[in-house]
Amino acid sequence: MAVHHGRGFAAINYPIGMNLGGDPAQALVHSTPDGKFMVTLSAIDLGQGMKSVTRQIAAEALGVPIEDVYVDTADSDTGPHDMGSFASRGTHRVGNAVIRAASEARAQMMEAAAEELEVNPTDLYTDGNGNIHVKGAPSRSITIAETSIAAQFKQGRTLSGRGIFLIEPSGVDPDTGEMSPVTTYAHAALIIDVTVDDETGEVDVVEINSAYEVGRALNPKLVEQQLIGGAWMGVSHALYETTEPYYPSRDHGPIDFNHYLMPGPGEIVDHHIAILERPAADAPYGGKGPGEMCANPVLPAIANAVYNAVGVRIDRLPLTPEKILRAIMANGGARPQTRHPGARG
Amino acid sequence: MTTVEFRKDLFANERQDDLNEIGKPKIRQDIEGHVTGRTAYFDDHLFEGLLHMRCVRSPHHHARIRSLNAAEAERMPGVVRVIYPRDVPNNLNTLLSLINFGRDDEPLLSHQKVAYRGEAVLAIIAETEAQARAAVDAVRVEWDELPHVLDVEDALKPGAPVVNEEYPNNCFDYEPYDHVKLRFGDVHAAFQQADHVVEATYEMSPIEHAPVETCGAIAAPETNGRYVCHTATQALFFSLGTTAKFLDMPSSRLHFIGGTVGGGFGGKVDSLTEPLAVLGAMLSGKPVKFMWDREEEMQVGAPRGAERWVIKDGVMADGRIIARSLTGYFDAGAYTRLSSYAGTKCTGHLPGPYTIPNVASNVFCVYTNRTPATAMRGFGITGVDFAIECHMDRVAEKVGMDPISLRILNSYRDGDMKAHRRSAKNCALVECCQVAAGKANWTLSAEDQAATSLTGTNANRQEIPETALDEDGRVGERKAGRVATTEPSLGTRRLPAGTHGRSHAAVAPQRPDMQILAERVGHRMDSEPQPMPEQSAAQVSAPRPPAPPRAAPPSPPPAAPPLQTQNTQPAPMAPVQSTPVPTYPPAAPPTSETEPAPKPFQKGVRRPGVSRFLSGSRRR
Amino acid sequence: MAKKPVSFILNGTETGIFVEEGGNLLEALRRGAGDLSPKYGCGQGGCGACTVLIDGEPHLSCLTLAETVEGRRVETARGISNGAELHPLQETFMEGFAAQCGYCSPGMLVAAKALLDKNPRPSRNEVIDAISGNLCRCTGYEPIVDAILQAAARLQGRVA
Repeated sequence: MAVHHGRGFAAINYPIGMNLGGDPAQALVHSTPDGKFMVTLSAIDLGQGMKSVTRQIAAEALGVPIEDVYVDTADSDTGPHDMGSFASRGTHRVGNAVIRAASEARAQMMEAAAEELEVNPTDLYTDGNGNIHVKGAPSRSITIAETSIAAQFKQGRTLSGRGIFLIEPSGVDPDTGEMSPVTTYAHAALIIDVTVDDETGEVDVVEINSAYEVGRALNPKLVEQQLIGGAWMGVSHALYETTEPYYPSRDHGPIDFNHYLMPGPGEIVDHHIAILERPAADAPYGGKGPGEMCANPVLPAIANAVYNAVGVRIDRLPLTPEKILRAIMANGGARPQTRHPGARG
Repeated sequence: MTTVEFRKDLFANERQDDLNEIGKPKIRQDIEGHVTGRTAYFDDHLFEGLLHMRCVRSPHHHARIRSLNAAEAERMPGVVRVIYPRDVPNNLNTLLSLINFGRDDEPLLSHQKVAYRGEAVLAIIAETEAQARAAVDAVRVEWDELPHVLDVEDALKPGAPVVNEEYPNNCFDYEPYDHVKLRFGDVHAAFQQADHVVEATYEMSPIEHAPVETCGAIAAPETNGRYVCHTATQALFFSLGTTAKFLDMPSSRLHFIGGTVGGGFGGKVDSLTEPLAVLGAMLSGKPVKFMWDREEEMQVGAPRGAERWVIKDGVMADGRIIARSLTGYFDAGAYTRLSSYAGTKCTGHLPGPYTIPNVASNVFCVYTNRTPATAMRGFGITGVDFAIECHMDRVAEKVGMDPISLRILNSYRDGDMKAHRRSAKNCALVECCQVAAGKANWTLSAEDQAATSLTGTNANRQEIPETALDEDGRVGERKAGRVATTEPSLGTRRLPAGTHGRSHAAVAPQRPDMQILAERVGHRMDSEPQPMPEQSAAQVSAPRPPAPPRAAPPSPPPAAPPLQTQNTQPAPMAPVQSTPVPTYPPAAPPTSETEPAPKPFQKGVRRPGVSRFLSGSRRR
Repeated sequence: MAKKPVSFILNGTETGIFVEEGGNLLEALRRGAGDLSPKYGCGQGGCGACTVLIDGEPHLSCLTLAETVEGRRVETARGISNGAELHPLQETFMEGFAAQCGYCSPGMLVAAKALLDKNPRPSRNEVIDAISGNLCRCTGYEPIVDAILQAAARLQGRVA
């Protein structure tokens, strides 16, 4: 009876959004009288940071500081249509809609400033700190607050914009499966080290080393939140979670958190993450949504690591001690496989 | 402990990192509300005289309702209203009817029979939650139990009990077939050529989303005949549209407020609480809350559905996978919800991030007598990725190869043709493999370290092969016992090489003003991954060394002889045997030389008979 | 249904409300006293989203009879800050991105405050123990543990 170390690998890609049937999002942007901007959406923040990332995108596209932008979302009386927060579509679809709305509002803002400064709008630039300057003559400038006041009270102009983003809807060929499912994919690969106790069937995840390609980390801390939380959920899915432990039987279904198991704060896994950024052509600032793909590779990597440790392939999730013990017994005992390079322990 | 590093050196020439706000770790807009307890979720809106709703639910997997008596419940203290199925103005819906996909198949409150344990048949509104619970317990229902089916493969057999009358074959109709097909090349011919065939079956368990906030909504009368609904939905207009449809009312009478949700993970799209809460407010004239308790969330709320996958790979001794056949079963439970979409979404994902010259899959969305399934983080992908990546480990073992090396060898590269007949671009799987290996001190060969996603494609990998097609599994044939297998079968006709429709892209901005200026984006907006001219050499850290040439001969599998490339006509019928079977000599994997960029798709070329929109059908 | 008066100190303020007999403290705080910071997550004592302090001890308000807090001191997440001035725990949760959906945060913060009030220099394991009754589905817990340790350090700095 012993504790065996094992190492497993998995690599995946993940489709961002779903084109089929059309998957649009809209955004509205308008300025307050003194040059702050409101972004109005119908997107949902479930914790993934929708309000925060769209705020950042709007600030970038407008050319104003993030403090001057506020996102108001999901009031059907004021917010324009959006399909919802799922399929890792939020950053891609809503983000693009926000860029378009903010770009239109920015164009109005530059025209208003140009009128005040008596130059051509194309001769102007924003400094990201709330000012608009004349190219080549930075001392000739106007604040965005002054621009907005002039636009509203003097020029009779709104600084506002509308945006919609849609990948044209497409179908599936029933004979070949030909389709245009998405335009962008995120990527990940990871290596997981585990120990398996061949007496109890218990698996401990010791360490994860991972690489995630996210297009561009629009907010590195929000990406990090997804990757850490997603890996935790992946471990949880792999080892513990099921509403039907003896699927397809419906018996023994959990009805509370004493029976629906998940790792707690005492089971935090050492996780070394590398983030790669290959911007996607049609994504907002190149960013792909990292929220869904990050849990996926963890499940097979753990299953592969368990095989590496004790020589049993558990092909039905979750990898419970019961399943592992039964498989080890059927195999006549643990059969550790060839150690993969650099394995811990 | 977690450590995070940004590999800014990779793909540096495709990116500028000097944006003002983007790329900065800005604090969350909502975080101060979270830490002060001031963030307002749907249940944090107080209403005077709030009423509470609970449902009477089926204790059986499958049963007919012989009689239902709520007379005693109606007289119980605090009970304001019992809502019967007949009170729902339009008591049949399917979630994706909003995008015209699938037929209405699910009642809000079931009135004749129930098809899963937990299905709601009655709703009761009372002054307190305890009173509503007590009244639910006082409802008398007499059930006639019906035979049930819980296993996806059993459900597809002729003679299986019918779960969902709208789909009497126990699977979703992907017209004209009862499954989604993917056909690329000829897997059966390639299996004959393979050195090894590796087959295994995998299963994804049903999983609960377990957000700390359960699903729920509060609805209340507003003015002008309107109703406000505070909701935990993940999809505001889905929920609003679904409510308008069930209640047969103009959407302008609904005011939905949400956007601040205590976790969702896919479990808050189904829009089950909103229509009942609004109906309750309409019938009682008072604010009504319908919020699931934890038991409902775990057993009545839709889980990530179970999946079963059979994968069969044909692999050469050198590790090249030349064929992959997959059979997938999504366990939808009793009603469609979003599962039909999972079948389509995962088909577009197959065979995973690998370039495999022959791929076939049959994916079924199967009805069983269990809680309807729905989306969850990684929807349609998590289960099959588990299967594929476990299978890659099996294949690596079979051919005695390093598992990462096997992935890099078979990895898709920029310009490769994917099985759904679109070119790969913006790939980064190889780099992820290399970086993860580096972090874990997993030694890769020089060859694997030199590989890149930008190189390695070639004319063969960019081609759409001649494809074996079949017409197995037309809707209804399986139930009639006329289809022998669920796996992709031998074809009966062949589609010429190079046949494809057109690609789809973003609709252009409505007005020129809405187009962001190219110089303000920080990356190229066309899909050609060329270096950005603005980037100075200094910003780009050490460019990748040119890859050492692989062992000769650098010729990957030749495709079947192209008969009519870019054919727009229906495929001529041809006996399978008449086409020479492609051969796979022990050739080297993809060359690392850069090949010419793929030919752009021919604009406007479409095969006749392909719907411009959707493959599903809508009856009403 | 019979209602019963209950008086207690809520976040330092004398509070009197009528509660349902047999009703739980969570509903009494939310609907009765209007303090919406404790959250309903399961009603079974399994998730910790409803955690409040009663006389400085963490309790699950969904499993506490409202009438039992008569004359006692109740603290919620609303009461952690000193007026407009945030508590170091709140600062480090914000800076450390220790919340995503935020639904577990009020309970987490209250559990953490109970720990730091008693044990100003907790070890990592003591922090883990203190929040082990609080479920978070988003973060993977690590940012939360880190934020609590940083708050402890910050409080020490202020005391010193």
